[in-house]
Amino acid sequence: MRYQLIGVNHKSAPLEVRERLAIPESRLPDFCRDLAAHPGIEEGMIISTCNRVEVITHTVNGSADLRGFLHEHFKLKPEDLNPHLYELREKDAVRHVFRVASSLDSMVVGEAQILGQVKEAYATARAVGAVRGQLDQLLSRAFAVAKRVRTETAVGSSSVSIASVAVELAKKIFGTLQGKNVFIVGAGKMSELAARHLMAHGCASIFVANRTYERAIGLAQRFNGQAIKFEDLYNSCDRADIVITSTGAPHAIFRREHGEQFLARRKNRPMFFIDIAVPRDVSADLAKLDGIFVYDIDDLQQAVAGHIADRRKEAEHAEAIIASEVEKFEARAHTLDVVPTIVSLQDHLETIRQAEIDRVRGRMGTLTPEQEMAVEALTRGIINKVMHTPITTLKSAAREAEATTVIDVVRRLFNLQVKAKEIPSEPARKEEVETRH
Amino acid sequence: MSLLWLRFALACYFIGLTYAFFALTRTSELFSRIALHAASVGMVFHFVSLVELFLSGRVVWASVHNGESLLAFLSMTFFMIIYAIYKTTSPGVVVFPIVFFLTFVAAVDEQPVLLTAFVQHKGWLVAHIILIFTGYAALMLSFGASLLYLIQERRLKSKKPSSLISFLPALEVIDQIGYRSLLLGFPFMTLGLITGSVVAMTTYGRIDFSDPKILLSLLMWAVYMIMVFTRWNSGWRGRRAAALATFAFVAAIVAWAANYFSTIHRFAAS
Repeated sequence: MRYQLIGVNHKSAPLEVRERLAIPESRLPDFCRDLAAHPGIEEGMIISTCNRVEVITHTVNGSADLRGFLHEHFKLKPEDLNPHLYELREKDAVRHVFRVASSLDSMVVGEAQILGQVKEAYATARAVGAVRGQLDQLLSRAFAVAKRVRTETAVGSSSVSIASVAVELAKKIFGTLQGKNVFIVGAGKMSELAARHLMAHGCASIFVANRTYERAIGLAQRFNGQAIKFEDLYNSCDRADIVITSTGAPHAIFRREHGEQFLARRKNRPMFFIDIAVPRDVSADLAKLDGIFVYDIDDLQQAVAGHIADRRKEAEHAEAIIASEVEKFEARAHTLDVVPTIVSLQDHLETIRQAEIDRVRGRMGTLTPEQEMAVEALTRGIINKVMHTPITTLKSAAREAEATTVIDVVRRLFNLQVKAKEIPSEPARKEEVETRH
Repeated sequence: MSLLWLRFALACYFIGLTYAFFALTRTSELFSRIALHAASVGMVFHFVSLVELFLSGRVVWASVHNGESLLAFLSMTFFMIIYAIYKTTSPGVVVFPIVFFLTFVAAVDEQPVLLTAFVQHKGWLVAHIILIFTGYAALMLSFGASLLYLIQERRLKSKKPSSLISFLPALEVIDQIGYRSLLLGFPFMTLGLITGSVVAMTTYGRIDFSDPKILLSLLMWAVYMIMVFTRWNSGWRGRRAAALATFAFVAAIVAWAANYFSTIHRFAAS
């Protein structure tokens, strides 16, 4: 249980800070490798979404310098970054991971996308070998907890996703979405989801522009839409009433001058920009133009904040589940700590028993099968009786903080060799990434 | 009697007026229904009042108060048409106060009368008045819509969660209401001015362009035309459209006020 976590989320840091910490999908594997190689860290993974950046690690001694890692990898002054960071250890870190996966820490509590994002982050870190036994256990448990929260509470039901809020807003601007055109810039999962919602509400056609033209074609085909070369973006964007943009561009790609061009060509018919990119794709001065409406990810989430109140009660129930799951996980983790000791104690006594039987066998002459069995039973009985107390003590100690002391004492009393711990990671393997949004 | 019915109508419109103030701060489905029913009842009284006036034999259409009463009634008709098409009572925010004001003034007893005793073609005069007033009502509604457009635009730009539950219809719908009223009002206004000129021609034999009433009316018409043109040509909306609509509306009021100092289109003291 030497979990350690550092991060920022929508509550702790404004979008300006989050967008500077965001890690592009393509660079995530490198970041995970660097993290695992960072001094004091055994395993590590990074969740980077538009709402949060979480660095989850299992450390050598429970006090790795995670802040140092962030300072090294992001061009942010410590004084700008530190006030927004939260750092959690052991039980608190476990609880946080459970809450994140269960979507209790999301701005829109209960939204389902976060679980998929956590699963993907986990798969990425695993693929580069940054995640092994300890984090495997934590994450596989987190996925199970998330599932439990979803099935046992109503937190996830009537989830108001970003996409459906975008539709509501579009209706407030255009009245009906019949015959409106949608332009997707940057073929991402979120934008695809939003586009699907808009189409379901009657939008007429879809244009897709993407840096990689092939991806644009792929997405356009799925919607029966039209792929646009990225170079033609500004020439064709005015055909769209609704622009969903989510590119990984480091700078704004829609600026005031573009907006002015669009409006002139559209005879001032309004345009609605849904900017779900972090860092943002639409510059702030564009939103000041008459007839241009820009909602970035924070605005959209604020727009749905009202719905959170309805789910507060369900969230309380979910928090109770999380609390009990954290207890269970902690207990199990400690038990796992004592398991190797118990096994080697058993091995040790079994070796003694076998050696003693072999030693006296010659003196006893030929034994009937019944006698053989009696000797077996007798010696086993003695050993089990002797082992009983140490094992129960170990197991009960596992649930408390003194586990390490007891393990130590038992090992010294019985002169047990310290073996490298081999913790099976089977359960985690079962939880492969199922959903790809 | 006509005046009594008008005062009943006024009482009903008062409910609409309170709704107008109420609706600015919060949304209430119930209150908007009450206001709508009150307005319908008010319109019935209003209609009865106008019919009675007409049947009384001595129709003095050119009386200021009768004119205001007619304008209020036409505005309410527009409001109801919009409700029938768009299912929204929000233009009432602007329409109700104006209608209430017009009806209130009309329901006061004193009646200065236009000097029309020597007008030869009464039919043309009636046509002129009804056409011009329909144009006024349309212009007023268009002005109201442009104000609502500004409010709704600001709400959407403020990005508060309340922008999702605002009582106002969608931005494009408001825009359509404004634009359609504008388009509808234009031919009425134009025809109204033409019939007015005909009346003037037949009465005086010529049109005196130096008369403030005629000058201001032409100015108003010109602003109106510019408005329709820019709206059609460059799709102006939002702040610029609101500024233009305000200008046209003020021009209309000034043109109306010119009755008090025009030599050919003026009121006699009652």
